[in-house]
Amino acid sequence: MSIVSAMKRVAGAVVAGTALAVLAIGGPAAAEGIKVGFVYVSPIGDAGWTFQHNLGREELEATLGDKVETTYVESVPEGGDAERVIRKLAADGHSLIFTTSFGYMNPTIKVGKMFPKVAFEHATGYKRSKNVSTYLARFYEGRYLTGVVAGMVTKSNKIGYVAAFPIPEVVRGINAFTRGLRSVNPAAEVNVVWVSSWYDPGKEREAAETLIAQGADVVTQHTDSTAPVQAAEDRGVYAIGYHSDMSKYGPKAHLTATTHHWGKYYVNKANEVMAGKWKSGDTWGGIAEGMIKLAPFGPAVTDDIKKVVAEKEAAIASGALHPFAGPVKDQSGAVRIKEGEVMSDGDMLGFGWYVEGVIGELPK
Amino acid sequence: MDGWDTALAILVATIRAGTPLVFAAIGELVTEKAGVLNLGIEGMMLIGAVTGFIATVVTGNPYLGILAAILAGMATSLIFGVLTLSLMTNQVATGLALTIFGIGLSAFIGLSYVGTPIDGLDPIAIPLLSSIPVLGPLLFNHDIMIYGSIALFVLVGWFLFKTRAGLILRAVGESHDAAHAIGYSVLKIRYLAVMFGGATSGLAGAYLSLVYTPQWAENMTAGRGWIALALVVFATWRPARVLVGAYLFGFITIIGLHIQAMGADVSSHLLATLPYLATVAVLVIISRDATKIRLNAPASLGRPFHPTA
Repeated sequence: MSIVSAMKRVAGAVVAGTALAVLAIGGPAAAEGIKVGFVYVSPIGDAGWTFQHNLGREELEATLGDKVETTYVESVPEGGDAERVIRKLAADGHSLIFTTSFGYMNPTIKVGKMFPKVAFEHATGYKRSKNVSTYLARFYEGRYLTGVVAGMVTKSNKIGYVAAFPIPEVVRGINAFTRGLRSVNPAAEVNVVWVSSWYDPGKEREAAETLIAQGADVVTQHTDSTAPVQAAEDRGVYAIGYHSDMSKYGPKAHLTATTHHWGKYYVNKANEVMAGKWKSGDTWGGIAEGMIKLAPFGPAVTDDIKKVVAEKEAAIASGALHPFAGPVKDQSGAVRIKEGEVMSDGDMLGFGWYVEGVIGELPK
Repeated sequence: MDGWDTALAILVATIRAGTPLVFAAIGELVTEKAGVLNLGIEGMMLIGAVTGFIATVVTGNPYLGILAAILAGMATSLIFGVLTLSLMTNQVATGLALTIFGIGLSAFIGLSYVGTPIDGLDPIAIPLLSSIPVLGPLLFNHDIMIYGSIALFVLVGWFLFKTRAGLILRAVGESHDAAHAIGYSVLKIRYLAVMFGGATSGLAGAYLSLVYTPQWAENMTAGRGWIALALVVFATWRPARVLVGAYLFGFITIIGLHIQAMGADVSSHLLATLPYLATVAVLVIISRDATKIRLNAPASLGRPFHPTA
């Protein structure tokens, strides 16, 4: 092969390559449809955090049909691997990418700088940039309502709470639950057991069994497995799930669950990108925005309870009721939020103390 | 008598929490006594757990599930056996690979079974004995796998130290060259020991997915295979100490949960660490004699066997 023909070949390849690149760049911008990418931290499974995000993705596809094409990557470890996956999605022509775990924060910001034309949405983080938004759900509003249910169902006035790690997010949930609980049943108390793991079915089950053995007749959880619901079913007491409807693990025991719904948000963001109106921002949506809902009630929840919960749900949605509206007392009885005041978002994000009604010390 | 009830609940929960460790650690002890270090327990447990679960869903019979878990554990260990014994790959690297393989494969084959409900094994109350106050519910009202784990422990202790076959197995673990020179088939004995370890790891997994938390969820062993592995070493390859260590680990985990549930002011981080610290401390103290450790540790552990002549 002569040098000239070799050069021709190289030139041909360069031209072809450029044409492909133009096509690739031109594709998403010119066509009506866009490609939307999702990065999940765990397998989708059939319940839990990632499962709910995937329901949101399915809702996005069902609502916008041909206008969107979605891609997801599951079980992406937080850290170096995440950056590679996010970069790949951006390079493959996705114009909107949702990264759905806290640990993707720095990789998302980093890849965001490399692809300034792509819109990034990072769940649960606090770092934003020109093309990286953050979003989070006010799940504590749901926790408050499940507390109301627990307060009206319990006979022993002892509620068991299986929790993962003493970080503000979890403490906020415990406090909101306790506020809801005592709004209808001031004599009820919450016992917390920390299992030091987000996911360990065996240990979560033993923690629930322990709480039940000590007299709890309703258990709830801030961990990822369905084992606590199963333990409650086996022991003939009640359970409140988290993330997803867990009723099939405890048809009799399951009262309800706080569940996350991202579909509406995902549809809105995709529409904004297609209309060229997407802007970076911070969203913290709750019941009013449809991001938080209660799972269908179990057979043990009476119509009276449903009525009270519905009233409170409407009040939270309208803004008339706030789970942390003063007076809010801590465990010592000292007033932390005065009457007529409402806890600020900043204070809620940094929760480091228990409200009145939680038993035991918060681990430091 | 509230105090009695609580104490009983703690002890029963201790047995439940310790049982998967007993299964996995006893099998690994036999494997290591034959001179093979298999770090793949976690992977074999997961494959046992998922296979036992699927077999139970399909046949509706948890006993067939247990059998399937045993066979699946053995089959998985056979992969390890072929690689390390016949092809003489590095045992540490192969064992680690087996764990990673088991995590991935179990997740893959269990995908459509996540969230399928099953009826777990019911406890079998032994007539008369189970009606003795306190002792009855503590010792004679368990499911068949817990009785089985105790039987397995007795059997392995007897086999290793009271039978000729056990002596040969230990000889292979001490000096495979000497055993080979006398005329024992080192490879055959090691294959059997590895497969025994696989079978009990499968049982440990089945205990988790059929009894402890009757469901299949990805990676549901949550590191118990590694704890079993550490127990064997800290118990200096003695079956009785393995049993003590497994129950001690379970006991301190459960006590920690009860202390928290009572609202005592103890750091949850400390309570989460305590089972590891206390188990290691107790086993180190009861096995503090350095000479005896050297006597108990299989001298050929982890070394590949090259048959000469």
